[in-house]
Amino acid sequence: MDNPQRVAGIDIGSRSIELVVLNGGSPEHRVKLPTTFDPLAQCMKLMDGVQVSTVVATGYGRRLFADAFDKLRVDVITEIQAYALGARFVYPDVRTVLDIGGQDTKVICLTAAGKVARFEMNDRCAAGTGKFLEFMATALQIPLESFGDFAMRSDRRIPINSMCTVFAESEATSLMARGERPENIAMGLHLAIVRRTVSMLRRVGFEPPLLFAGGVAHNLCVRSILEEHLGHTPHIPEDPDMVGALGAALHARQITAPGPG
Amino acid sequence: MASSYDEMWEKLNLDLGAHGGLLEVLGKFYGDIYLSQAGRLRGMEYLDFVLSEVHGLRIRELQEARAAGRKVIGTFCVFVPEEIVLAADAVQVGLCAGAEAGKDAAEKVLPRNTCALIKSFVGFKLSRLCPYIESCDLVVGETTCDGKKKAYEIFSDYAPVYVMEVPQMKQACDRDLWRAEVQRLKDRVEEVTGRTVTPDKLREAIRVVNERRKVLQRLNRLRAASPVPISGRDVLLVNQVSFYDDPVRFTASISNLCDELEERVRSGEGIVPGDVPRLMLSGCPMAVPNWKLPYIIESSGAVIVGEESCIGTRSTRDLVAEDGETLDEMIDAIVNRYMRIDCACFTPNRERLDNIVAMAENLKVKGVVHYGLTFCQPYAMEAFKVEKALKKAGIPMLSIETDYSMEDVEQLKTRVEAFVEMIR
Repeated sequence: MDNPQRVAGIDIGSRSIELVVLNGGSPEHRVKLPTTFDPLAQCMKLMDGVQVSTVVATGYGRRLFADAFDKLRVDVITEIQAYALGARFVYPDVRTVLDIGGQDTKVICLTAAGKVARFEMNDRCAAGTGKFLEFMATALQIPLESFGDFAMRSDRRIPINSMCTVFAESEATSLMARGERPENIAMGLHLAIVRRTVSMLRRVGFEPPLLFAGGVAHNLCVRSILEEHLGHTPHIPEDPDMVGALGAALHARQITAPGPG
Repeated sequence: MASSYDEMWEKLNLDLGAHGGLLEVLGKFYGDIYLSQAGRLRGMEYLDFVLSEVHGLRIRELQEARAAGRKVIGTFCVFVPEEIVLAADAVQVGLCAGAEAGKDAAEKVLPRNTCALIKSFVGFKLSRLCPYIESCDLVVGETTCDGKKKAYEIFSDYAPVYVMEVPQMKQACDRDLWRAEVQRLKDRVEEVTGRTVTPDKLREAIRVVNERRKVLQRLNRLRAASPVPISGRDVLLVNQVSFYDDPVRFTASISNLCDELEERVRSGEGIVPGDVPRLMLSGCPMAVPNWKLPYIIESSGAVIVGEESCIGTRSTRDLVAEDGETLDEMIDAIVNRYMRIDCACFTPNRERLDNIVAMAENLKVKGVVHYGLTFCQPYAMEAFKVEKALKKAGIPMLSIETDYSMEDVEQLKTRVEAFVEMIR
């Protein structure tokens, strides 16, 4: 029989899959893989040898996971709920969660008690998300991981107005044709993302403290100009892309909590 | 669907191949969304039948009516007074505008940033997919938004279009305009049909249309019970079919459905358990077969108990007063009733906000999903006001903007599920 104290959360996103195993109160194991074109095979790899009583799946692949792992006790929650739970665990006083992931941006406002009060997500278009940065980094031939540092080496700020990946690429191309430094173009692209994010935060009615999570929170340039635009320093968790999986694991713990006696 | 209608469809100049494909997709879609529901009411069999024959038997009836000298008048909006049409012995049908089928053809004559509903009716006509449009002796449009207004100009190259001017405000002079427009429609319908609208015929038509509204009001009262006795999808379908079906037969069938529902409510039987969150839809109309959002909502652990929409309470809430004696008095009663419509084309439109809040409170919903068609400016603008009014009443709202395509289904599911998690 599996240890009922041990539960897992898995976040199957568009770009990466994260797994967090909780034993009692604390995370015991955390691991991440790229989603690839075969997310289920990646889930199998992550779940291999993992002994848990309950798994809670979140992210776009949550149903896919629940259907495939029907031998386990699996429940599903949305990323909104998962990020809310995960964020409160990492920073108990947090009131707003910003998650910029591979294909969407979410803003979640929490009540003082930590319940979801309001949320907003971008719709079908991935403008202004991790995908946008990835695409633009490729266009400028810079590895995604160092794209933020590259942009920080800019010497002037030029506006890039398009948020649409396709239009922004043509804008970047015409800037290059005019001889603009690629660092400055990269900075312009980062600014475009942050401006969009800040207007989404304001629209939802953001209240500090803010937690910034999701893969894009690794990007130092986005972090720094977000802080500059908001006039507030967001909390960045140690593992910003693990917050969803952590929240899912916390939900798993809630639903497996033994009753009194 | 039986190919025995091929000859009729060919006569109507439909594109038989494409039309066959459309019916196949529609049938599958209907099976997945409707027939798969557990614990459905027996009375819904009538609706299943009507829908399975939506392009078959009903179209044959229209051809038979035409052969007998009656005219068929197509509409797109709840502003067109059906009472006038029926009083001239004509048949009124709501036209196809809920599927993406003719989008490519529509985009050849319309800007791409036009709402899906407009693209749909133009596309259906250009692609020769809608036997209703092909059966019409007159298509009555209206000036409810700039998109429709201008699209009718384009549409009139392909179909016999007549446009009613709907006022944009509710002052005395606007009522005068609408009074003149109803009179002008009566004259035109008399001219097309060759019949005269007499006081006796109009009195009867008012009664027939009121009876249909009353049975739908009864349905809405019954479905408000807890536990909820019928799915929101099924009630939406009933509302959708009310625009196509023969009004007398429809009223009788829905009355039977209501009897069955009454029994179910009495025995406390629900389509879902009593603790499933109750939601209300508000916003743009959902024409057949636009069931995307209701299906997503009801697959996300919630149940819909009201539709604040033209294909919903906006078309059934108000009755025409039946005490008019003369033709003029009856036309006045019609004018007054239609001027109460709280369409987003009016400014200001305070009534709609009040009606939404009252409806949400009466139905004891946990939240409202506001549905706007992408590029529908009037409803997109009002979504902000609706959210504010509901917030004041302590009712959360989720604003969804989408169209008829399926590409955003996963994103919509996440948002709807997160909303349900939030309000539960």
